[in-house]
Amino acid sequence: MTSHQPNENAKFPEGQSGFWKWLNHRTGIDDVLKTALYEPIPGGARFAYIFGSGLLFIFISQVITGVFLALYYVPSADHAHTTVAYITKAVTAGSFLRSLHAYGASAMVVVLFLHLSQTFIYGSYKGKREILWLSGCVLFALVLGMAFTGYLLPWDQRAYFATAVGTNAASEIPLVGESLKLLMRGGTEMGTLTISRFFVAHVFLIPAFIFALVGSHIFLFRKAGAAGPVDEDPIEPKQQPELFYPRQVLMDLALTALLIVFLGLLSFFVPMQIGPPANPADAQYVPRPEWYYLPIFQWLKYWHGSAAIVGVLMIPTVLVLAVVALPFFDRSAERRPWKRPIAMSSYIFLVVALLGLGLRSGYVDRHDPSVAQQLAKQKTEEDEYARKPFEPELSSLSLAAANVALADPAAAKGKAIFEAQSCNACHGDAGVGTAAAPALVGIKAKYSAEQVENLFKHPTAKMTAGGMPPIDLPPDDLKALITYVRSLN
Amino acid sequence: MADSRKHLDKTGEASSASEPVIENRRSFLGILLGLGSVCVGALLSVPLLRFSLFPLIRRTTELKPSTVGEFSEFSSAAEPIMRTIQIEQVDGWRKTVSEKAVYVTKNNQGKVSVLSSICPHLGCTIPWNKDKRQFICPCHGATFNSEGARLSGPSLRGMDLLESQVQDGQLLVRFQYFRQLVADREMAG
Ligand code: FES
Repeated sequence: MTSHQPNENAKFPEGQSGFWKWLNHRTGIDDVLKTALYEPIPGGARFAYIFGSGLLFIFISQVITGVFLALYYVPSADHAHTTVAYITKAVTAGSFLRSLHAYGASAMVVVLFLHLSQTFIYGSYKGKREILWLSGCVLFALVLGMAFTGYLLPWDQRAYFATAVGTNAASEIPLVGESLKLLMRGGTEMGTLTISRFFVAHVFLIPAFIFALVGSHIFLFRKAGAAGPVDEDPIEPKQQPELFYPRQVLMDLALTALLIVFLGLLSFFVPMQIGPPANPADAQYVPRPEWYYLPIFQWLKYWHGSAAIVGVLMIPTVLVLAVVALPFFDRSAERRPWKRPIAMSSYIFLVVALLGLGLRSGYVDRHDPSVAQQLAKQKTEEDEYARKPFEPELSSLSLAAANVALADPAAAKGKAIFEAQSCNACHGDAGVGTAAAPALVGIKAKYSAEQVENLFKHPTAKMTAGGMPPIDLPPDDLKALITYVRSLN
Repeated sequence: MADSRKHLDKTGEASSASEPVIENRRSFLGILLGLGSVCVGALLSVPLLRFSLFPLIRRTTELKPSTVGEFSEFSSAAEPIMRTIQIEQVDGWRKTVSEKAVYVTKNNQGKVSVLSSICPHLGCTIPWNKDKRQFICPCHGATFNSEGARLSGPSLRGMDLLESQVQDGQLLVRFQYFRQLVADREMAG
């Protein structure tokens, strides 16, 4: 079979089973694989090109671990923290999977930065690749959006306050800022509506856009073709090409393997902790964002009052526009970095600035004794909480029952009478009702205390027929009983 | 591997001259990669399986045994004693604490057992009638003796015996609901 159509069987020569032939006949998988794997790379395979597939791998890993985490997670201010604590402390392999997901987010940002840097330094955005670049920019924003929305979901102190700062920063934007904050939070304060919004964004909206954009990014990339090395013509490559498979595949897989080993070891030996549950009343808490947001966090510190419009809106907007519009104004076909001094110095300046801001943030924290002390305290509290065994959340039903007894001594006394008089025999424990008699729960809404007393003393004909006797008790006891019955809800 | 580059023309198509050698090597590599990916994938799915099969590995829902009281105070009792117990029901990451009345009773041989106070007929709570020395259900008049055995009335069986044990001098009981209106004790749910 190799004789007449050598190329057709390039990947699967003789010896391939009849099954493969059958599968190929039905699905055309050979062609799909060939299109995927036999992409020519001008100038040959290089380690510089591995970051795109690295990102794809992390994304898939995030999707899988994310779906599994959703098996136990509940997005509500009441339960989010408990369920994440359950995942981390109780569920087998839960701590590991959650760590993979959390560290995966950081790895995503790192590899994304490397991918972007490679594209920029190699000038691979040049030569009819404007839309490819744009889709990359949108993907970048989406990934940062994923990191931001996902960070809140555990609803521990760290998550809560970091997001409070993050959403507050939005309100600094003139005119629309306040509305933007309200929209993100679902209200003036952070609460259960915020979790719902962030959850929907993190789990449904942003991933859907990422799927779509990853698809178009790869499609556009294949349409434009690999740009090759820096001395290659980005539109009509002239250098000897090498196919994606096998060498580039192997190089890409090397990064994937590295990521698996690194993230796996990290998640196993230094699992992500969960801190104490969010306490909005904690006025001392010093919020700090995740490391990749530190530069922005530090940057925002410098701009307050009337200057905010410059620092929070104008400079970032210009910067973002400059990055997004890059392939539209940087039209020369020159790709060698040493021949692009402006581009390269801007890149270095930006990287140094981001790095500097991030490091500065850490430096400031360490050298402000009160902040350093508070941060250390927060870390200790986190460690302590992390060490405690999982404690299930008391259901609201049991809380209500316990509260009745605690809150009002008259109701507590009434409860004892309710049981001593065997009221619970027919009306059920806590008045939930049985086959013999109706529930008393919620009776407060229907009858006043006087009406209840009247019914107790003189049951209606219907009640008597059902077996309800008139109640004869000392006035104090009767009052307690009425208080208790009316407290049932 | 470097030689594979030489056999490509500018369009990236493999030239057919030295095809078989490269291809055998490539297909071997392909199989190797495929096998490797399957192995790594299998390895990576271990934590995923452990995570999702958690309910098979550990108990996720559990009815904790409740303390009824000191065993000694029951062993000398002359008639059934009613006690309200706290029932802790663990349900994944939440738990429900509720209260239920049970009776501690002793048979002729002095064996202590715990009865549910829920009537097997339709679920009313049965009080102990001191004068008649019987359990008499107020709802439809089912009666039971001091050990909970059925005497008369609409109930199809005697009062329900709960699983109990003595641990460190404490009488513990595992509360359970049973189906009503049936002759045999069947766990509800
Ligand atoms: S519920 Fe007890 S006799 Fe009917």
